[in-house]
Amino acid sequence: MSTIIFKHEFRIRLKSVIIWSISVAALVFVFFSFFSVFAEQAELMKQMLAKFPKELLMAFGMDRMDYSTVLGYISFYFLFIQLCLAIQAGNYGFGLVSIEENELTADFLLTKPVSRAKILTSKLLAAFASFLVTDLVFWVATFIAISIYYGGREYNFSTLLLILFGVVIFQLFFLSVGLVISLLVKRIRSVTPYSLGLAFGAYVLNAFSGVFGDVKLELITPFKHFDPAYIVQNNAYNTPLVLLNVAITLVSLVASYWLYMRRDIHAVS
Amino acid sequence: MSIIEVSNLTKFYGKSRGIVDVSFKEEEGEIFGFIGPNGAGKSTTIRLLLSLIHPTSGSARIFGKDVVTQGPEIRRDIGYLPSEVFYYEGMKVRDLLKYSASFYEGDCTQRMNELSEIMELELNRRISDLSYGNKKKVGIVQGLLHKPKLLFLDEPTSGLDPLMQRKFFDLIREENARGVTVFFSSHILGEVQRLCTRVGIIREGKIVEISDIRSLQQNNYKKVRVVTEGSGQTVFDMPGVTNVLVENGTVSFFYKGDINAVLQKISSIQVTDVTIEEPTLEEIFMHYYE
Repeated sequence: MSTIIFKHEFRIRLKSVIIWSISVAALVFVFFSFFSVFAEQAELMKQMLAKFPKELLMAFGMDRMDYSTVLGYISFYFLFIQLCLAIQAGNYGFGLVSIEENELTADFLLTKPVSRAKILTSKLLAAFASFLVTDLVFWVATFIAISIYYGGREYNFSTLLLILFGVVIFQLFFLSVGLVISLLVKRIRSVTPYSLGLAFGAYVLNAFSGVFGDVKLELITPFKHFDPAYIVQNNAYNTPLVLLNVAITLVSLVASYWLYMRRDIHAVS
Repeated sequence: MSIIEVSNLTKFYGKSRGIVDVSFKEEEGEIFGFIGPNGAGKSTTIRLLLSLIHPTSGSARIFGKDVVTQGPEIRRDIGYLPSEVFYYEGMKVRDLLKYSASFYEGDCTQRMNELSEIMELELNRRISDLSYGNKKKVGIVQGLLHKPKLLFLDEPTSGLDPLMQRKFFDLIREENARGVTVFFSSHILGEVQRLCTRVGIIREGKIVEISDIRSLQQNNYKKVRVVTEGSGQTVFDMPGVTNVLVENGTVSFFYKGDINAVLQKISSIQVTDVTIEEPTLEEIFMHYYE
């Protein structure tokens, strides 16, 4: 690893990290401020939801949630946090080497006396450190929000930790899959459409594949791998699916190194 | 040992040609000019030598090391000035140069300040605020600050005003006097002639000729255009004259050989106008293919 590149990469992403962290923290507080209302009127909510089509409830995982408990409520809004974190990690993954190639600064970096493997490792670690900061902020925000709004309701702390720490593996998935896709396509002109596509695509796959019957497409999406409703019900991860998630991440990383070492860096055309 | 040793280097981008079967050597302390029109494969060759792209076949060695497998070691002693310079827009010039310097051993601050002073580069400005020419200056300082042993210059003068071009050439000559080997790519014959000791000419991805700059100049064609009112057109029927074109009393042709011979012919007839000029690179190339 090259600390020079790591520092540079981390600094370049700092602004984005701050914005994402504030957004995610704000989301946590806004949702939690409604917790007492939801919890008190959970019965009413259940009755209302019962009138909704079952498919719709399934799509949002609402059929298995209990809004009157802390963890049930967290599982309800966790989806939005996941979407944010997926987009953030996707952004970093798709942009990791493509931004440099688009802005043609790759020539500068790759003519320095550093090997490509070292460059990629430094960049990956910098991106990892970047979203880890956001995750830390998210965790701290959740703990504070709970302590303010939980209103004496009991919850299983270890289950909460499972839900919260899952986001790191969850983001690693989007970072590495984003990276490998960016290396497979010839040129990425703009990062955001790709990361939005990947994040929402993965979400939709999880949400609606149940609606269409037996196709088990949802098994490949991290939204399924880290389904909070499952974690709350079982007090554990869905181990095979989490392993599948880690496997996809590792394969993407290995493929990324392989592709990047052989990649042609093209000049201005 | 040659500093650069390229053998049968070939690069295809999918089906489109980059370079085909390029071989040449550059010895220590040389300034090697690499000339050819746009799209001939000059940048492709340089990018291959810097391992920015990978060869389809053939090999290249720099300092006796293979460019594909030993790239990082080689690049410790290489300075590169790309034809188009792009740097991290948000950074200040000073920070970018420091970032660049941090990759090399030793302290480059003094050399950085020296070079910036010579090139009149303001260190406290943001890269995004710089004009094209000024970015080019950043490129020059960036390429030289770590005292490389081998310099790759890819059309370095574009965007520099004539004064800066001169300063730049002086700088390159100084570096060369210190023993730095220079690989200089350009499509401007004039600047190659001013600076280089040996040239390679590349066209459509292939090396057409590698020769001493002197013998190239001696072998070079002059483009002669004579406007005459009389019927003196036939006097230019002599050895060394080619591509004769006669049009309303204007004779134009290429001439190769002793320039006095053709001057005597011109003075023997009544002329209203004469121009003798260097053929453009393009015209020399045309010649190579006729």
